[in-house]
Amino acid sequence: MASVTLRNVCKSFSGVEVTRNVNIDIEDGEFVVFVGPSGCGKSTLLRMIAGLEDITDGELYIDNDKVNDKPPMDREVGMVFQSYALYPHMNVAENMAFGLKLAKTHKPEIDRRVTAAAHTLQLDRLLERKPKDLSGGQRQRVAIGRTMVREPKVFLFDEPLSNLDASLRVQMRIEISKLHKRLAATMIYVTHDQVEAMTMADKIVALDQGTVAQIGRPLELYHYPATRFVAGFIGSPQMNFINGRTQSASSQNVTVTLPGGIHITLPVNGSALKPEEPVTLGVRPEHFVSADEAEIVLNGTINVVERLGYQTLAHIDVEGIASTLTLRTDGSNPVQEGQAIALGIQARSCHLFRENGEACPRLYHEPCVDF
Amino acid sequence: MTEMVRKPFSFNRVLIYTVLLTAAAVYLVPLVVMLLTSFKTLGDISSGNLMALPTHWTMHAWHKAWSTACTGVSCEGVHHFFWNSFKMAIPAVLISTGIGAFNGYVFSKWRFRGSDLIFSMMLFGCFIPFQVILLPMAATLGKMGLANTTAGLVVVHVTYGVAFTTLFFRNYYVGVPDALVKAARLDGAGFFTIFFRIMLPMSVPIFMVCIIWQFTQIWNDFLFGVVFASGDSQPITVGLNNLVNTGTGVKEYNVNMAAALIAALPTLVVYVLAGKYFIRGLTAGSVKG
Repeated sequence: MASVTLRNVCKSFSGVEVTRNVNIDIEDGEFVVFVGPSGCGKSTLLRMIAGLEDITDGELYIDNDKVNDKPPMDREVGMVFQSYALYPHMNVAENMAFGLKLAKTHKPEIDRRVTAAAHTLQLDRLLERKPKDLSGGQRQRVAIGRTMVREPKVFLFDEPLSNLDASLRVQMRIEISKLHKRLAATMIYVTHDQVEAMTMADKIVALDQGTVAQIGRPLELYHYPATRFVAGFIGSPQMNFINGRTQSASSQNVTVTLPGGIHITLPVNGSALKPEEPVTLGVRPEHFVSADEAEIVLNGTINVVERLGYQTLAHIDVEGIASTLTLRTDGSNPVQEGQAIALGIQARSCHLFRENGEACPRLYHEPCVDF
Repeated sequence: MTEMVRKPFSFNRVLIYTVLLTAAAVYLVPLVVMLLTSFKTLGDISSGNLMALPTHWTMHAWHKAWSTACTGVSCEGVHHFFWNSFKMAIPAVLISTGIGAFNGYVFSKWRFRGSDLIFSMMLFGCFIPFQVILLPMAATLGKMGLANTTAGLVVVHVTYGVAFTTLFFRNYYVGVPDALVKAARLDGAGFFTIFFRIMLPMSVPIFMVCIIWQFTQIWNDFLFGVVFASGDSQPITVGLNNLVNTGTGVKEYNVNMAAALIAALPTLVVYVLAGKYFIRGLTAGSVKG
């Protein structure tokens, strides 16, 4: 088991920078998820850690060893690929044993480790099968097993669940989490799926166009996003954004003028803000409240209602606001399309973003963040 | 759909099968004529109809073609030429296929600066007409001391064949997911280990395609055989030509036909044995199925 440290890691492909100054500290035994939309450079970052991609600039340490120039096998990392990448001509046992055979491990030791991994992953009865005779979930488990038998210092997962169907994905998510607890291994997991990121991670690294947008625990990213990008990426449906202007700002609070001339005073640190600066107010769909609990109220008309059973999403047009606002309410709410609705906003659950996307730090302490 | 299944004898069906069977028959007629003629006696041929069955079935023509027919000055049949062809074709097929597999592996999985350019230049080899290289190749073989030898013919065929085999293997390996190579690298496999332990075991179908293609090309080649070989290194195609052109009065059509069939047999056998691998895909299952 090991820690992984990235210092100012950069990557360019023929002069085009795809990763810029990435600094990440991953502790021994931590489950870290790299998350971001496709093309944000998260897989490239993982491949650099694996040694499949050269690091253009910066340093990468596994434990205290600088491994920039070490080939993949000497880094003692194991990787699970999105496509599983099982060797089609070998059966499950041979697939798992291949790396150990190349390392000239003794036969009894190979057998012991393969049997142990197969047992952990419930593959005992499939050892003689070829990959083509396995289901998606089983192939995924073999791919994990192949990595496990080598007892690597760091496990790397490259979108391992994206080829599975929805129900299997939930199941494998839990199995990987369990596996992490059982092995207490350092794991780095790349995904574009925020649900996987939120549910599995000890620590999330949100990546935006090759740079680290924010590093933190899942609920930190949810409640205290550092940028508008993170705020929009974490949470589904997406956070609502309303354009406004600052009226006054201090390190204790900021008063914002919203379309329609409504004022709201938010408990955020606005020391960087100037008066009359264009800003964006962010409210999560689940944070709208009824009019009597709210500081301000927006009056709108319901455009579309989506009923999911456990929840209902209402898409609302408010005069003066260009984008449609989304309200998440409980499944039994009898809202109807075309109906007028009052959206209450509480100042303490609002986020405020500057024009460059940076968030003004929220001062309200969410109690659940310490869970 | 079910409607179509219930009516197997629709007009369209009948039409399709009629056309297909007619076409097949047209293509088969020459083979049938050859086979029938090769089992006839000379008398049968001169008196009878081309398509008629032999009145007296005999293997005489086959025996003669194999061991006593005259091919120029010697009268020992085509069997020497037949074995010469094997001595030339087997090494040439194996070497060119082996080199092609290795080239294809490098061009698809270990690309380097300029590798695409080199690959395109190799492809150009597929389009160079044989006649163009006759003189330079003769000079080269002479300098190498391989003129008029079977080894020289092997060199010529390998040189020409590598362009095709490289193309075949490269295109096959492009379809093998890169993740397999990456996974193998993480498993500690190097350049050669990946080639021999991962790529080659997956290559049976393309090997078969290459072997069929190369064997047919090399076995059937006449031009290189007649130009670069002489005497005891000449292949069967040259032997057949000599046999047919060595006349002693009456044309022995039955012997000619038998010799032609002997010359064609190995390529047919190779196709029948290896043909089923043409359609097999062994990579199925490595990626999501």
